[in-house]
Amino acid sequence: MINLRIDTRASDVAVSPSENGQSDVILMTRNLNFWYGNTLVLENIDCDVRPREVTAIIGPSGCGKSTFLRCFNRMNELIPTARIAGSVVFRNRDIYDRAVDPVEVRRQVGMVFQKPNPFPKSIYDNVAYGPRVNGYKGDMDEAVETSLKRAALWDEVKDDLKKSGLALSGGQQQRLCIARALAVQPDVLLMDEPCSALDPIATTRIEDLIRELREQLTIIIVTHNMQQAARISDRTAFFTVAESGAGTLVEFNDTQQLFTTPSDERTEAYITGRFG
Amino acid sequence: MNNWRSAPRAQPTADAAAHQPDGFELASSRRDSLRRKLVERSVHVVLFLCAVISILTTTGIVITLLGETIQFFGEVPIVDFLTGTRWTPLFASKSFGVLPLVNGTIVVALVAIVVAVPIGLLTAIFLSEFAPARLRSVVKPILEVLAGIPTVVYGYFALQFVTPILRGIFPQTQIFNVASAGIVMGFMILPMMASISEDALRAVPRDLREGAFALGATRFEVVSRVVVPGALSGILAAVILSISRAIGETMIVAIAAGLQPQMGFDLLRSMETMTAYIVQVSLGDTPQGGIEFRTIFAVGTLLFVMTLVMNLLSDLLVRRYREAYE
Repeated sequence: MINLRIDTRASDVAVSPSENGQSDVILMTRNLNFWYGNTLVLENIDCDVRPREVTAIIGPSGCGKSTFLRCFNRMNELIPTARIAGSVVFRNRDIYDRAVDPVEVRRQVGMVFQKPNPFPKSIYDNVAYGPRVNGYKGDMDEAVETSLKRAALWDEVKDDLKKSGLALSGGQQQRLCIARALAVQPDVLLMDEPCSALDPIATTRIEDLIRELREQLTIIIVTHNMQQAARISDRTAFFTVAESGAGTLVEFNDTQQLFTTPSDERTEAYITGRFG
Repeated sequence: MNNWRSAPRAQPTADAAAHQPDGFELASSRRDSLRRKLVERSVHVVLFLCAVISILTTTGIVITLLGETIQFFGEVPIVDFLTGTRWTPLFASKSFGVLPLVNGTIVVALVAIVVAVPIGLLTAIFLSEFAPARLRSVVKPILEVLAGIPTVVYGYFALQFVTPILRGIFPQTQIFNVASAGIVMGFMILPMMASISEDALRAVPRDLREGAFALGATRFEVVSRVVVPGALSGILAAVILSISRAIGETMIVAIAAGLQPQMGFDLLRSMETMTAYIVQVSLGDTPQGGIEFRTIFAVGTLLFVMTLVMNLLSDLLVRRYREAYE
């Protein structure tokens, strides 16, 4: 069913180490091409994501932002006709290597979705799900509490952890989903338009949370909202639809620079509201 | 109702008349609107009549059942009927304890459920979560063929094929026995069990599966801890509908399980179910109007109540499961 072919290996891609000996790139794509069936959705994407930064991905609808995001935790292979070529390197290892278990990748690269999707279980069980399937042996109560605190939800729910996750408000549900993802202790958190279903106040809370989490992990966020990208991200990648119909990375730069002095006219047209 | 409808319609026609003194279009549109109203009205009436037919049928069945049943209970105390363990209404020494028939019905249904529920549920999980689209497109129609086989064929399959096998393994097996009928009935119910469960599993939103996958769950962990729990009430509804189908099934048991009302749980012996008894009396030479004849209405009413309760229960569960993840 999973029809995922890898055409190129990452072994020939060098990763430049920074002064302190650590790699200054945590995730990297090279020549990434992606198809649904015979339709090319992403074309030759080269992109480096730095650790402990918020990287925003913006662009018009249908430019493959979400598909690109899902390449980082191999979520795309749940779609039967998906096919990928090129490499996605996480900590010097190609996550599409045959020897790599996608389950292992997803334990290190967590994800929060567009629509809050808590399981129809209690708040506690929602957060405990990840640790449980990952064979966590420690104190589960503590893990749940820590994760809920990190997601800034603990104070609101600590007295009714037995309540269904679905009984919470939309914004709380999304923070529950963030807590659930954090409970697995990922290094990277992918967020696919996490605020698009939320009201402005709930959005503000999530944005505050993203700023706090930035201290501890790497965040890649797809957003429709350019102001949001400008507010919360360190670097921004602008995608658009190329003439071939495939999504392509136009410009990737420091957020401030991208929004004030874009180097590509397509970026400028998009951020000034002339299209998209 | 007609008033508020005609009022706003009058407005544009008046406007049209003012702009087009010709009047031709006005006339045709009025005729059109008349025709539309007529069609609307007649569709309404036809649909209503169709709905009434099924209501009348149900009412007719209930009245027939109840009328004869009430007469029956005029002669036999209801407590004796419901608690007696000897069922011999066709013998000289009459006894009207329905429990042996209920016993037989429940035992056969249990055997069927033990066969149908695990196999059906696993089939459903396989089809909905694991099977590649191509395999699914082969297995599903085969299941549907299984559902389309007439029950009389299943009955002879039980008698001619399954019973000899059972007798090969357990020589003490009677020609007519509960095990054979129950197992084959299980296979008859299997497609329904599998199909309803599969619908329930597929109704679990993709969001939830993705959420679980994103947390590093394996496919099995996603199925066992998110999809099946999410579909649980739908699966329960499938089980209950299967039970109610098993209770009401007639042909297989009439052919393969025998006609001896007995208490007990010995699957290799013959037992009579409620449905098989009704067939026995309906087809026999029992004169109409006698107490022997009325027994089938009493048994029928009991059967009706049992399946009704089951169906109401499943309705309740289905409604709960609809709310589960919304």
